[in-house]
Formats: sequence, structure tokens, C-alpha cells
Amino acid sequence: MTYDWPTLLPLIFAGLMGLAILIYVILDGFDLGIGILFSVAEDAEQDTMIAAIGPFWDANETWLVLAVGLLLVAFPLAHGTILTALYIPVFLLLLGLILRGVAFDFRAKVPAGKKHRWNRIFLIGSVIASLAQGYMLGVYVLGLDVGFGGIAFGALVALCLAAAYAAMGAAWLIYKTEGELQKKAVRWLRTALVLAALGMAAVSLATPFASPRIFDKWFVWPEMLYLSPLPILSAVLFAWLWRQTFHLPKPDDRGALTPFLTLAAIFALGFAGLAWSFYPFVVPDRLTIWQAASAPESLAIILAGTVVVLPIIIFYSFYAYRVFGGKATDLTYD
Amino acid sequence: MDPLILSRIQFGANISFHILFPSITIALGWVLLFFKLRYNATGDSAWMRAYFTWVKVFALSFAMGVVSGVTMSFQFGTNWPGYMEKVGNIAGPLLAYEILTAFFLEAAFLGIMLFGFRRVSNRIHTLATVLVAGGTTVSAFWIIVLNSWMQTPAGFEMRDGVAHAVDWWAIVFNPSMPYRLVHMLLASGLTVSFLIAGLSALRYLYGDRSESMWKALRTGVFTAAILIPIQIFAGDQHGLNTLEHQPQKIAAMEANWNTGPNVPLVLFALPDEAAKENKFELAIPDGASLILRHSSSGVVPGLNDYPGNHPPVFPVFWSFRIMVGTGILMLIVSWSAAFFLKRHHSLPKPLALLMVPMALSGWLATLAGWYTTEIGRQPWLVTGVLKTADAVGPVAGSHVALTLAIYLVLYVLLLIAYLGVLVHLALKAAKDGDASPLPGVMNAALSQPAAGE
Repeated sequence: MTYDWPTLLPLIFAGLMGLAILIYVILDGFDLGIGILFSVAEDAEQDTMIAAIGPFWDANETWLVLAVGLLLVAFPLAHGTILTALYIPVFLLLLGLILRGVAFDFRAKVPAGKKHRWNRIFLIGSVIASLAQGYMLGVYVLGLDVGFGGIAFGALVALCLAAAYAAMGAAWLIYKTEGELQKKAVRWLRTALVLAALGMAAVSLATPFASPRIFDKWFVWPEMLYLSPLPILSAVLFAWLWRQTFHLPKPDDRGALTPFLTLAAIFALGFAGLAWSFYPFVVPDRLTIWQAASAPESLAIILAGTVVVLPIIIFYSFYAYRVFGGKATDLTYD
Repeated sequence: MDPLILSRIQFGANISFHILFPSITIALGWVLLFFKLRYNATGDSAWMRAYFTWVKVFALSFAMGVVSGVTMSFQFGTNWPGYMEKVGNIAGPLLAYEILTAFFLEAAFLGIMLFGFRRVSNRIHTLATVLVAGGTTVSAFWIIVLNSWMQTPAGFEMRDGVAHAVDWWAIVFNPSMPYRLVHMLLASGLTVSFLIAGLSALRYLYGDRSESMWKALRTGVFTAAILIPIQIFAGDQHGLNTLEHQPQKIAAMEANWNTGPNVPLVLFALPDEAAKENKFELAIPDGASLILRHSSSGVVPGLNDYPGNHPPVFPVFWSFRIMVGTGILMLIVSWSAAFFLKRHHSLPKPLALLMVPMALSGWLATLAGWYTTEIGRQPWLVTGVLKTADAVGPVAGSHVALTLAIYLVLYVLLLIAYLGVLVHLALKAAKDGDASPLPGVMNAALSQPAAGE
């Protein structure tokens, strides 16, 4: 392999797209998860839960636009193939995102009697969006197979991703809230964690058997050795976090952010495993990143902008999170 | 039904729903900045009350715009894969720059603008407002660049049936871009000024005479009265630009079937495409020649020059007339309202009653204008490069029909809820008047300037 621009650019963009998806899953994961947790929260708690994500959700969702945008602009052939194959789940995802996105704002502005209705819409939208994302991941892992097996596996992954998001939401609440709600969030985290771990194990086991190519990639020496830290480390982190849930919240609120960071690390490990399995394909077993890529000169001009702008974006995103750091208080327009 | 026409209706429905909200947020961001700067300068808390009422409308409109915009970024792939395959090398970077330079900026600072008044200094809060308003405008710039390039493509070459960029300057500043951008930004300004004037008139009718109502009412009415003549001029220039680069669109807008001099300006007609003539025509002799060529003997292009290669006449002809008609009504209403506010410091009741439905006149004119220019581009998706029919994806018509039906129901319900909230917010502000709580000032927060500072 020679390292010239036409070879490197698609590789760089695959990396950028992976990064955008990972950041999206972690960031929107916690606010989708809080939407899912609305199902078990009481009315009074819901306001605090919204306050914990209100200033962030919009920017979180922008990472999805960036990820899809990068797929669209860097790998136009793959964008068409993947999205037409996933027409109905993509539609459901969008439906869910529309419902929960507007519910955020409507619930705060409608007359008090109608607030309950928008809380429910927020819950339903968050659940639909999470399930749709999980289903798409499952079908994608199986090479866009939409036979009976594909649908069943997609449904399994859908439930597990929803559980993983709920765990993220609970972990974020442990960081952003205090008192009774924080204690409740610890219990939510414990339940969701079991489901999330089961789901991750299921996806890991199913992936090599779904595709002989991935099977060969996993179970050959010495690649097996290089790959082994991913599952082992994930399992250790899961077990450690599970033990932690019996000691949280700690006095003076030490380590309130730790569960969230641990979950983010687990997400990153799982994501690395997926990336390793699929490389160099962007549409499993059909299109490699080089076959699907745009012209090098177009990629170059996007890269020039990205190199300048992305650090600035990350900088001011951190700033925005810092402004709203600390425990959530009721949101007011002031 | 045919997946092509269903996909077109679906994309049309989505983009029509979407544009309603950016057309509010683009200009409303700057109006909010104006309220904020007036408050900073005068210390008059009525400006801040106007800000707090309208920042809620901004937040809601922004959320509606974001979620409907996400939908569209997916639909390029789900419904129109041929589009990115053919012109992805041009459209891709333009969309990428929109996301990188605008979307993140707006989204990150929106949180601070909406909820950060007591968490950051007043200066940072004003800066956040500037960045959000600037972000919406930059976003409009990039998307108008892409749309204009699809109308009047430039700066590219075709290699193996795929468009490749040759000159990015020519792509960005393609022939119709400056005209379309100015026309759209002014349209946004008018949409917002009529919305503010209309909802303030509603408060006026409910007996609200508070300072914040007057400030919002005057801002809305005077902005509208200043912008509308500029818009009429800009629209005329845009039309002349279209005549130069897309004459078949002008022929359809004027329902002119035959190229020639002394073409009348058709005021009313039912264009009949099969018979190639207008039924029930009411026209001003030589009008179109005078407007488009500034001479009664000026030659105006007709549809006979573009057999099988011109847009459908009926929708283009009528949406253009709806846009112009709404514009004229906007001129009359805003100038009368400005006259009464200046002379009598009050509004006659019938005028106030008329201004309430006119709150949505900007939406009507914007939609009609976009229908004119987008349907007027057909049968092309990218003029001369890609036909709409060649871009549609291999999705079953039943899938498109089902999702379209759900989208339509959802959009109607969301619009009802949105308008309901606008009226609710206006009536609540009318009831509270100048007694509404002003949390940031009341609580004497850390960095909040005292009145007058």
C-alpha cells in the first residue's frame, strides 16, 4: 500500500466519521437515555432531568448531522446504499428525533395542563429513536441483511442499545443531580447495566458468525492476541462499574462523573471492535472506503476546513459544558 | 403510485415544513440582539421583557428547524441517492462547510443564549447572541450557495459522468447566488417583522398597552415598512437574473407560450399546458415586455422555445402570483401601520385585526417564492446536469407513500401545536404586561448589570 493522498484521504475521513459517530453515541446517548428513564421517573423529577440536559441536547444531536454529513459527502455511494436499505428504520429514527426534539421545547411553553402530554411524547420519541438506532446497527452488522434472522437480531440489538443509553442517562443523572433522584439513578444504572452487558456480549458473539470474513479476521493468530484486550477490558470495566453501584453516591459526592466516563470508555472499546471488524468496508462486504469515496480534490477541501474548524468546535463545546457544569437547577430563560 | 412523484411530494413536504422555521430564526436572532443592545444601552427593562418573550419563540422555532433539518440530511440518501452520486463532489463540501461553520456554532451557543443569562457575564451573553444569529446567517449562506449552484451551475467539469470541481470561487459565487441570498435574507426579515407585528397587534387587541408590547410592535412594523420596498427591488433584480440564466422559468412564470415582442403582463389566467394557451386571461398589454426588457417591443422568451424542457406552467405561474400579491399586501399593511403609529401613536382596530393573520404572511410569500424557483427548475434537479427522474432511489412506492402519510399528519399536528404556543405566549404576555417577572434582573445575579449601566 502506498501512502499517497488518494489512499490516505478516504482513510482519514473514515476515521473522522468514526469519531463523529462515537462522540454522537456517547453524548446523545445520555440525553436519549434520560428520555427513556422518563418511563420510571415521577413528574417532579422530570423537570430536574430535563434541566440536566436542556442546554446540551441540541449540540449533541449536531454530531449525528456531522456523522451523516461525512458519510454523505465523503462516501456518497455508501450513503445511498445504506440509507435506501434502511429506509423504514431511518424513518422511525427521524420520527423519534422529531418528536423528542420538539417535546423538549413544547413541554416548557404550553399551558400547565398540557405538559403531561409532551412529557409522554418526549419518552416515546426517545424510545423510538434509540430502538431504531440499535436495529440499524444490528442489520448493518449482518451486512444489511433484512431476512427474518436479520430482523430478529436487529430487534435484540435495539433493546440492548436502548438499555445502554438508559445506563448512560442514569450515569449522567448521578453526575448532575443530588439527593433522592441521585440515589434512584444509581438503581436505574444497575438494572440498565446488566441489559447493556448482555447486549454487548450478544453483538460480539454474533458478529463473527454473521460474516466469514470477520470470523477469519478475529480467530487467527496473532490477531487474536492483539484483539483480546478489547473484550477483556470491557468485561473488567463492566464488572467494576457494577460493584461501584453499591457504593454510590459517595460522601461529598466524590467520583460522581466516574460512572459516565467508564461507560464512555466501554462504548469506545466496543466501537473500536466494530471498526476493526469492518475495516476496510464501509458497506459490509460490498464497498470499501476507497470504492465509495468522493474525488480526492473534494475531500481535500473539506479536510482543510475540518482541520481548522474541528478543534475550535471541540473547544467551545467544552466551554458550553463548563458554563453549565455542576448540579442541575431548574432551567429558566435567563 | 409512482415512487418519483411520491418522493418529490415527500421531499417538498419536508423542505416546506423545514423552511418555515429557519425563515424565522435567521432574522429573529438579529432582532433579539437588537432588543439586547437597546437594553444594554438604555437600561429600560421593557426591552428585556420583549427579549424574554421572543427568545422563547426563537428556542421553539430553532428546535423545529433542527429536527426537520436532520430529516433532510437523511433524505438525500434515502430518496435521492443519484444526487450525491452525480454531484456529490460539489454538494458535499458545501454541506460539510455548513455543518462545520454554522450548525455547531449555533447549537453550542444556543444553550448559553437561552439559559446562561445568570451563569455568564452580560458581555458573554451578548456575544453568544451574536454567534447564534451569525450562525443562522452563515448556515443560510451555504445552503443558498448549494441551491443556487443547482439552479445555475458553474465552476465544474464532467468526468466519466460525475461532476468534478474546477473553480471553487466560481462554484460559490455562481451567477444566481448573490441575488437569491439577498432575496432570502430579506424574506426572513419580513417574515419575522410581520410575525412580531402580528402577535403584538394581538396583544394590542387584548388591551395590552405595556411598554414591551409597544417596543415589539414598533420594531416589527417599522422593520417591515423599511424592508418591503427593498425586497420588491431585490426581487425584481432576481427576476432579471433569472431571465438571463433560466429563461424557461421566466416563460413559465409569465405563462408566455410564444417568444416575441409586446408580451402582456398576465394578471389572471388558467394556463392550459395541453392546448398551450391561457384560459380566462386578464392581462395588461405590453406589461411583461416593459418589466423584463424596459421596452414595450422587448422580446420575452416563450415556452415554445423549450419543448419538453420547461417546468410545469400552472404551479409556477400561480405560486409566483401568490408571492407578488402577498408582497403588495405587505407593503400596504406595513406602511399604513407605520403611518398610524407615527402620527397617532395608536392602531385603528380594523388594521390591528388585519395584522393578526398577516403574522403568517411571510411564511406564505416565502413558500410561494420557493415553489416558483424550485418547480421552475424542473425537469432538472441540477440544471443541464441531472434530471430529477434520474436521481430517485430504488425504494418501493408503498414505503414512500406510507412514510409520506405519517410525515404529513405529524407536520400538521406540530404546526397546530406551534401556532397554539405562539398565541398562548402572546396572550400570556398581554395578561402580564409590564408586571411580568424579570428573573435575571430581579435576582440581582452576579454579573447582571443594574438598569442603566
